[in-house]
Amino acid sequence: MRILVLPILVPLSTAAVLMLAPRRPAPQRWISLIGSVLLLASALLVFLRVDATGIQVLQISAWPAPFGITLVADLLAAALVVAVGVVGTATSGVAFSGVDPRREAFGYHPLLQILLMGVAGAFLTGDLFNLYVWFEVMLVASFVLMALNRTRAQMEAAFKYVTINLLASSIFLTALGLLYGATGTLNMADLARVWPTISTPGVDILLAVLFLIAFSIKAGLFPLFFWLPASYHTPPPAIGAAFAGLLTKVGVYALIRVFTLLFHSMSPALFGLLLAMSAATMVIGLVAALNERDFRRMLSFNLVGHIGYTTASLSLLTPGALAGAIFYVLHHIVVITNLYLVSGVLLRLRRTTEMTRLGGIYRDRPLFSALAMVPVFSLAGVPPLSGFLGKLAILEGTFDAGAYWVGGLVLVVGLLTLLAMGRTWADSFWRPAETPDFAPPGAPYLVAIASLSLLTVAMTIAAEPLFDLTTRSAQQLLHRDEYVSAVLGATP
Amino acid sequence: MEGLLALTSGVLYAAGIYLMLRRRLAQLIIGLGLLSNGTNLLIFTAGGLTRARPPVLPDGAPALVEPYADPVPQALVLTAIVIGFGLTAFSLVLAHRVHATVGTDDVDDVGREG
Repeated sequence: MRILVLPILVPLSTAAVLMLAPRRPAPQRWISLIGSVLLLASALLVFLRVDATGIQVLQISAWPAPFGITLVADLLAAALVVAVGVVGTATSGVAFSGVDPRREAFGYHPLLQILLMGVAGAFLTGDLFNLYVWFEVMLVASFVLMALNRTRAQMEAAFKYVTINLLASSIFLTALGLLYGATGTLNMADLARVWPTISTPGVDILLAVLFLIAFSIKAGLFPLFFWLPASYHTPPPAIGAAFAGLLTKVGVYALIRVFTLLFHSMSPALFGLLLAMSAATMVIGLVAALNERDFRRMLSFNLVGHIGYTTASLSLLTPGALAGAIFYVLHHIVVITNLYLVSGVLLRLRRTTEMTRLGGIYRDRPLFSALAMVPVFSLAGVPPLSGFLGKLAILEGTFDAGAYWVGGLVLVVGLLTLLAMGRTWADSFWRPAETPDFAPPGAPYLVAIASLSLLTVAMTIAAEPLFDLTTRSAQQLLHRDEYVSAVLGATP
Repeated sequence: MEGLLALTSGVLYAAGIYLMLRRRLAQLIIGLGLLSNGTNLLIFTAGGLTRARPPVLPDGAPALVEPYADPVPQALVLTAIVIGFGLTAFSLVLAHRVHATVGTDDVDDVGREG
């Protein structure tokens, strides 16, 4: 299926055109937006094809698997690539309300497209080494986007971010080297076939733990998440939105992929470890979010805490829990991206995101407040919004799997989220304050926030087809034969 | 030979991680470099070492005869070296910018409110 390469090719071409185009804001912004819309369109095309005819495979340069690089799109990958298009379109759109001129002159738009390409590539690849390469593409773009400024806070954040991510990459690469030594292949489908035959005792668990550590750093799981809240609040809100929406999800996606494809029959201790890490992530993330007085830092901790939801469900490895996790990931991408954009408007209005200096926004800006209400309360899990449905799906999944304490924890953490988001709403929007606005919210921001809020509402209304989709996707992940035979052909 | 390379790779990992835990940015970057080279050596060793048997088809032979060196780890290492080189270059520039902005290369001072 040649169209599989489009979600990678489109942002690459857009970035190339952007680098050749005049460095003035207007052409750069328009090309970037058109590129992102095309990316979204190509992702939808791939998704519809996968939805209609099953797993799509492209052997690059017609090298037969497992010798060449394979691109694979199953339902999970295709749905996530659509999410990349959505986040890309929203972040390129808000650039119209102004980007720091220095950033824009130094390649803000091409870098954003390269970031989108890296994320789309990571979702689509069927080869673990190729996944490493896409990780690096994505990381380098994010490094430069984060460091394109010279304030002290940004320098500090950028260095922490770069160091921990390079360390994670080294661990990932180490695991890849050992894995190749043990199995002689890095094609994921081929690995799924060969993995059970690793005979040396202890090698499989060593590899599993190395992958778990590497991907947990990327996903932001306890005790490896501290880099995230230390860095995500420093770049401009649009960049923060793209990072928050996509980068940690790539870590979660990688965890889902290796746990369903390779480690599914490993010892329960490994799943116990993932579950314990997820539980600690949920609790610590949300307690820290409650303690935070800055809107964006509060979001970072919320982001971390909710990653725990998805990985906890993954560790149960039942169709119900996995379907809930996928639903939650999709819901969370839209909502957290939207909330970072909301923080961008707050920054424009008051030049700060300190909640003690916000307030009065509900009275002064009713339209913006009404739009912002959707993601705030969806993340909080207020019925009937998508966050509530996602939590309900995860809760059902955990109860069906018999993991009652995980379900209980999900409820407790849900309450903490409600408290954190409710207090945020009261402090930032409701509380009377006599602070004047510095600048209006700007139409591009309002349009982007309105579109993402509408998407959240749509995901709420269309919850049944969406849940049907995630259920089918979970079954696809758990029935590995379909994936393996799609990639390797009928005679593996 | 495997033992020696494994040992070298282990020493590179240890030295790299030790340097990354130091307070100076310059040492941190050298540490990252050592770590990535340790990883490269590990991939190369774990892929299996076969001496003096290049995977090249001799004239007229229908297929390669075992044993021959596996070319894949070399391709992987080559890719990893290029990526590692780019990242080291980026970290050096970043460290330079940090030094120019903050006026120190002490990691603890960078985080302190100036």
